[in-house]
Amino acid sequence: MAKPIPRPTPTEQPFYDACSEGKLVLQHCQHCGHVLFYPRTHCDACQSDQLAWEDASGAGTIASYTVVRRGVSTDFEAPYVIALIDLAEGPRMMSQIIDADPDALAVGLSVKVDFAAWSEDITLPVFRLHPALDGGGAGP
Amino acid sequence: MSVSGLGGEFALIGMAESAVGIVPDKSPRELCVQVTLDAIKDAGLTLAEVDGLITCNAFAEPIMYHAEAVAEYIGWQPRHCVTVNTGGGTTFMALNMAAAAIQAGMADTIVVAMADSLRSFMSREQAMVVQSSSGHPHYEQPYGPTVPAYYALIARAHMDQFGTTEAQFAEAAVSCRAWASQHPKAQKRDPISVEDVMNSRAIADPLKVLDCSLVSDGGAAVVITQKDRAKDGPHKPVTLLGYGEGHAYEHISQAKDLTTSAAAQSGRAAYAEAGLTPDDIDLLQLYDCFTPALLIQIEDLGFCGKGEGGAWLASGISRPGGGKPMNTHGGMLSYCHPGNPGAMFGLTEAMTQMRGNAGERQLPNMRTALCHAQGGIMSSHATIILGAED
Repeated sequence: MAKPIPRPTPTEQPFYDACSEGKLVLQHCQHCGHVLFYPRTHCDACQSDQLAWEDASGAGTIASYTVVRRGVSTDFEAPYVIALIDLAEGPRMMSQIIDADPDALAVGLSVKVDFAAWSEDITLPVFRLHPALDGGGAGP
Repeated sequence: MSVSGLGGEFALIGMAESAVGIVPDKSPRELCVQVTLDAIKDAGLTLAEVDGLITCNAFAEPIMYHAEAVAEYIGWQPRHCVTVNTGGGTTFMALNMAAAAIQAGMADTIVVAMADSLRSFMSREQAMVVQSSSGHPHYEQPYGPTVPAYYALIARAHMDQFGTTEAQFAEAAVSCRAWASQHPKAQKRDPISVEDVMNSRAIADPLKVLDCSLVSDGGAAVVITQKDRAKDGPHKPVTLLGYGEGHAYEHISQAKDLTTSAAAQSGRAAYAEAGLTPDDIDLLQLYDCFTPALLIQIEDLGFCGKGEGGAWLASGISRPGGGKPMNTHGGMLSYCHPGNPGAMFGLTEAMTQMRGNAGERQLPNMRTALCHAQGGIMSSHATIILGAED
C-alpha cells in the first residue's frame, strides 16, 4: 500500500502545476467573489462556472489539528500532524504541519504554506508554524 | 402532524442478531443470510410472506448486487430488492426507504438486513485503509489521516471552543462499558474507568484507543410492515414514530462547522414527526464510533445545551441507574462495531428493551427510544424515534 498520490483531473491540474512551482493558487468565482477550495468546475456558493485562478498568500491559521500516533499505513511514519488550515483568503484545507513540536501546536496559531514532493510528479502544500504572524518572534 | 408522512404508520415486527465480536466461522454474506431468515422467523412469518429485502454492502466481501445475492443464496425472489449505502447512516436511511417503499406499494413487508466482518475477514491494515478511504482522494488521503484522526480534529475543535476535556470524552467510553458489562454478548465486558481510558494507547491526539469503537464481525436484521398488518405477530410491535435525516458535507475538511453536526437537523425532523421532545425520550441509542461523536450527538439531539455534552456525560446520567440510559447494549465502543451495520445493534437493543426481553439490563417503562446513526465523518445523519405498543 503506497502513499495515496493525487491523479489530477484537467480541472485540478493548474493547482498541482502551481504547487510544483512553489505557489499556492485558489479559484475565485467571477460571479459572486467566493474563493474555493478544493478545485471545482462550479462555485460551491453560487454554482457559477466562471472561475479564475489567482495566487494565494499562503498564510493561514490552525482551525484544528491532531498528532497521529498510529499511521494509516506503513508508508506514513508516525507521529505526524494532520491539520485543518483556514487560509487567509477564506477556504479551509486539510494538510500536514511539518517540523513542529506537537506541544507548540494550538488552535488559532498562524501557519505559512510550504511545499513537499509527494511523488516524481506531484507536489503538495504543507504548512509550518509561523510565530512572527502571532507576534511571537522571528518566523521563517 | 407528520413531516414525511411515514410517522406512526409503520411498525417493526421482527428482529435478529448474529453472534457478534469475533465470528470467524461465517462470511459477511452468510451472516446476512442468517439474520434475514432469523428476523423473518422472529416476526412469525415465512419467507413467502415477506416481499422486500434491503441490504447494504460489506467491506470484507463486496458484492456488486448485494441484496440480490443474499436473496439468491436462499432461493428467494422478493418483489422489492435493493442495496443502499450511506455509510454508518445506512441503517436508518434504509429503514425509512423501506417504509417509503411500502407506502408506495412496492412491497408489503420488508427485511432490512446487514452484516460485515471487519475483524475476521480483513487484516488490521486492510480494515484501516478501507475505512480511511472515505477521505478525499486528492485533498485528504495523501496526507495520511486515519479515521480516528478525522474525529480527533472534531474533538480538538470542541475542546478549544467549549473547554471540553479529554476526561469528559472518556466518560462516554466508561458509560458504554458499564452497560456492556451487563450484556452477555458484548465484545468487551470488563468495566473501565476514566483513568483507564486516559492511560490507554494514544491513537490520534486527543483520542486514545479506548475512545475508539471496536473492530468487529456481526450482522442484524429487522422486519418492517404497515402498522395495521403488525397485530398478529408473536411479539409486541414497535412503532416508527418519527424519522429525520441531515446531510452537511462528505469530507470533514469541507465542514462549515466542526462542532455542530447535521444531527441537529435529523433530530429536529424526527422530534417534529413524532410530536415529542428530548425530555420525552426514555432510551438513547446513539452512534458512538468515537467518544467525541457521541458527545456532539447528545448536544445536537437536544439532550443538553451546546457545549454541555462533557458535563452531561460526567454527571453519570447515561450510566446504569441514571435518568437517561444510553447505549444499553454497550454501543459500538463495547458491544460491537462491524462497520456500516453498527447502528443496527442500537436498534435491536431498543426493540429488545421495549419488548421487555433485556434480561439483567432490562429497564422499566421503556415507552420511547431515539436511535441515531451517522455516516462519514459526522457527515450524514439519520434519527428514528420508536414507540412501544400498549
